[in-house]
Amino acid sequence: MAKKILTTPIQKSDLEGIKPGDVIYLTGHITTCRDMGHRRVVEEGKTLPVDVKDGAILHAGPIIRTISDNEFEVVSVGPTTSMRMEKFEYDFVEKTGVRLIVGKGGMGPETARACKDFGALHCVFPAGNAVLAATEVEKVESANWRELGMCETLWTFKVKEFGPLIVSIDADGNNYFENKKVEYNAKKEEVLEELYKHVGFIK
Amino acid sequence: MSTKEQQVQEMTNKIANFISYMAKVLPDDVQEKIHELAQDEKNPMAKSIYETMQHNMDLAAQLNRPSCQDTGVLQFWVKVGSNYPLLGELEDILREATYKATQEAPLRLNCVETFDEFNTGKNIGLTAPYIHWDIIPDRDDVEIFPYMAGGGCSLPGSGKTLMPGEGYEGVAKFVLDLMTSYGLNACPPLLVGVGIATTIDTAADLSKKALMRPVSSKAPNEKAAYMEQLLEDGINKIGIGPQGMGGDKTVLGVNIEHGTRHPSVISCAVSVGCWNHRRGDLVFDKDGNCTVKSHKGVTL
Repeated sequence: MAKKILTTPIQKSDLEGIKPGDVIYLTGHITTCRDMGHRRVVEEGKTLPVDVKDGAILHAGPIIRTISDNEFEVVSVGPTTSMRMEKFEYDFVEKTGVRLIVGKGGMGPETARACKDFGALHCVFPAGNAVLAATEVEKVESANWRELGMCETLWTFKVKEFGPLIVSIDADGNNYFENKKVEYNAKKEEVLEELYKHVGFIK
Repeated sequence: MSTKEQQVQEMTNKIANFISYMAKVLPDDVQEKIHELAQDEKNPMAKSIYETMQHNMDLAAQLNRPSCQDTGVLQFWVKVGSNYPLLGELEDILREATYKATQEAPLRLNCVETFDEFNTGKNIGLTAPYIHWDIIPDRDDVEIFPYMAGGGCSLPGSGKTLMPGEGYEGVAKFVLDLMTSYGLNACPPLLVGVGIATTIDTAADLSKKALMRPVSSKAPNEKAAYMEQLLEDGINKIGIGPQGMGGDKTVLGVNIEHGTRHPSVISCAVSVGCWNHRRGDLVFDKDGNCTVKSHKGVTL
């Protein structure tokens, strides 16, 4: 099967037919944005200094080597826990018009609602694979809000076939992790019933 | 330079070199276990995630870069002999080595001072790196376990003081509830460290020490070892898999460390290590000779 590649700017129609569990890749631009970036946009009402409309954000705080004042190299960049941004993501998507959110682990109902209302996806880049991801970055194009430090700066990368990106929430709001959690919790109850029979060490 | 100053300098360099190395290459036991889990996995998505992980490990070593961008806040568990000659210098050595490795590796700048809420920009801070001390009587060497506690796998960390009526059943439930909530996002397959003791701090301390043990090790106490196996099998059966997306196995291992408890309480705490479990183990003798126990074939 041919690789499914999204290219920025991404149109809403580009997301049709993409389902949770599908593997896609991204070509174009992606900007790191995590706790502080979300907080500033949503709580402080600031405008993101990078236009991510029809674009992509990456929940990540990379290791960057500074070559000169405006020249940087990505050493390692992997996704961070997306769930930390759940609190902000609906408003963030509404305000910025971002189409693709890449991070680690699942996100909750508010992000799913944003994906459905505005036409966006949440995807997982398998976490801890930060050197692989760094090798898929062609260039660091800009750095904004640098006063937030290396981890929270908005780094805009030019990427080619960035991935694998495993779709966790599709543009209809279907949520891979939320469905899986129901399965895991049911299984957990069974496992615990059995476990309880063996750990009665206090007699 | 006096002999002592020279020894301090050499030790600082060696530990800094080791910290840089362990950010890039996983310890032998973790690599072996990941390989084993990848071989046994049947779920196609999980299999392809293991392939990505292996590819990343190869690239990290080949390109000499930290395998995960989150190189954590450094912690050291130190088992120091009461007659070890550099006992008084050791804290400064570890602090300096952390700073040096941060420049050389490079590591991410991860130290934020609380309340004042600023990043120190140095990867060391008022109380970081964190050092846990154990004094070993009548020895003259020191064993150091450096550990990079990343944010993702620190997030599940929690503890609870249970009533004895809740028993070890309560402990099992506490551990499994964490796995199906926070565990999913903590980069499984996980190393699960469980501490069982009297007050919450004693349990938390032991849960972290449990992460310093090799992933396939067993607790010396037979019942504790049995519970490790029960929890390991139980968590695996839930089917969380690598990245929490489903798979046959979910843990690198479950390690329990335990201690004495007050008759009225049973405290349990959990600390979790991600698949990218960057933990080292090295010993310095009184003359400064170093043996690396966690990674074979390293020269510092």
